[in-house]
Amino acid sequence: MGQTMSEKILARCSCQTSVKAGDIVMAQVDCAMMDDILGPRILDDALSQLGGKIKQPEKAVVICDHYVPAATILQANIVSYTRKWARDHGVDNYFEGLGPCHQVLAEHGFSLPGTLQVGTDSHTCTAGAFGCFGTGIGSSEMAGVLATGEIWLRVPESIRVCWTGSLSPAVMAKDIILKTIGVLGHAGATYKTLEFCGDTIERLPMDERMCIANMGVESGAKAALIAADETTYRYLREHGCQAKGYALRSDDDCAYAQSLDFDAGELPPQVACPHEVDNVHPIDEVKGVPIHQAYLGSCTGGRLHDLEAAAGILRGKKVAAGCRLLVSPSSKAIWDEAEKRGLLADLSEAGAVILAPTCGACLGVHSGLLADGENCVSTTNRNFKGRMGSKDAFVYLASPATLAASALEGRLADPREHCH
Amino acid sequence: MEKKKLCGKAHKFGDHINTDLISPAQYMEMSYRDIAAHAMEGVDKDFSAKVQPGDMVVAGKNFGSGSSRETAPIALKECGVSVVIAEFFARIFYRNCLNIGLPALVCEQAYLIHDGDELQVDLQRGVVLDVTQGLELVCDALPPHIVELLDCGGLMGYLKKKAKED
Repeated sequence: MGQTMSEKILARCSCQTSVKAGDIVMAQVDCAMMDDILGPRILDDALSQLGGKIKQPEKAVVICDHYVPAATILQANIVSYTRKWARDHGVDNYFEGLGPCHQVLAEHGFSLPGTLQVGTDSHTCTAGAFGCFGTGIGSSEMAGVLATGEIWLRVPESIRVCWTGSLSPAVMAKDIILKTIGVLGHAGATYKTLEFCGDTIERLPMDERMCIANMGVESGAKAALIAADETTYRYLREHGCQAKGYALRSDDDCAYAQSLDFDAGELPPQVACPHEVDNVHPIDEVKGVPIHQAYLGSCTGGRLHDLEAAAGILRGKKVAAGCRLLVSPSSKAIWDEAEKRGLLADLSEAGAVILAPTCGACLGVHSGLLADGENCVSTTNRNFKGRMGSKDAFVYLASPATLAASALEGRLADPREHCH
Repeated sequence: MEKKKLCGKAHKFGDHINTDLISPAQYMEMSYRDIAAHAMEGVDKDFSAKVQPGDMVVAGKNFGSGSSRETAPIALKECGVSVVIAEFFARIFYRNCLNIGLPALVCEQAYLIHDGDELQVDLQRGVVLDVTQGLELVCDALPPHIVELLDCGGLMGYLKKKAKED
């Protein structure tokens, strides 16, 4: 019997030749990421109880992204504390204001194939796009990882999710992951790994693969993996990372807990309706819902590929009256590149307000909260009640293309009718 | 495990109660006490006012889905909640509960419990007694290393103990 990618990675990290789903392993962590909202300020007390020292500071990364740029004095003080904490604890890998942590980790070569990454954010599974076992943990757990360099993990079963065929124009990776979550349900992969494969996935650029892996946790998954290939290594090289990690992929005869097959050619644009991520419908069933705010951004949906898709639909046109379009590129590097390519100008001329790269509006802490009764189409990852502001607001999750078409019409719209 | 029975009143919730409902992000920059004052606000805005020390949260499927925020179980613990019982949990929330020393029990029959029922929980045996209805519900047994962790009051106590042993 062969092994899954998850089993191989966790065997490597626990210095064993093989492990199997269900085993409890003590795994060495390759990268431990803390953000500002759930990082140092929450875990410092716990770390102090354990001696106060980080065992391997070179493996620790601290990223201020949720409260940057700060909207309140409390937020500013948290960022200030986090910055100082990183310095005092010898963490040289400190980043601030460069964008949501998962994108920053990817761009700086911390999400390496075959490695184990843990982070104080549930969307740490984004690293799975690189074949990196990324998983979210709590703050106390992180204190333990910092003090000991390791974490106990139950080796998860894997669900194989295979997509074959070519996507229709204006259909994107976001539609792939929304459809997958719609089928699995928001607890369908609890405690398990989602492993995405098939020629559709193989043809996707890293920007799109990251969107898929990012939302794995929305079906309860512990990790969402895509095997590394030349596309992965090219991305790493282009971002100045020479390290290649470990080329680990599932054996042909490995055991999957479940196997799902999808035809990409038949996939229409998808929308996750309020207030659950698995409340997924094809655009035909929901188009026409009036939209007050369109939010293009976050670690899910503000990458270069996303900005290009939106700009392709919005270029030379105007956002509908009564609809606000907010754009927060997923990183400063993406912001700069989009500026160079004229994408930000295209979006701005269409009526968009371009914001800093930040987590802000996605979790309703600054830069674009929703008022009572408002509807928002968003390229982010959660549409929970109250997530983006008022508990009486409604969030529809969709692709950047669907968002752009909806912003033009001022209501949920089919991007296939707006692409040329 | 230390032999103790937990007693308290059930506060019943439904399926898929996510972390944004348990502990909204808007309050996360505040102190734990202030975060706790808004616990469960997304589903029951009076929760923090009516919950009594020792009371228990009983929920359906997938309790705690979403964010990795430890403030979600912390908010419940700060309110005095002694144990969380659900048909099953989202995984990060489940680990967070145990790590902060808040027992989390997987009980497939949790749906039989009514809001306001008096409960007795025997963590050692993994049994929930619904005194009001006279029902005995069996829970999944906690794995030995989790029992040890809870005995230490959570992950910090556990790691400190391990460091001493080494």
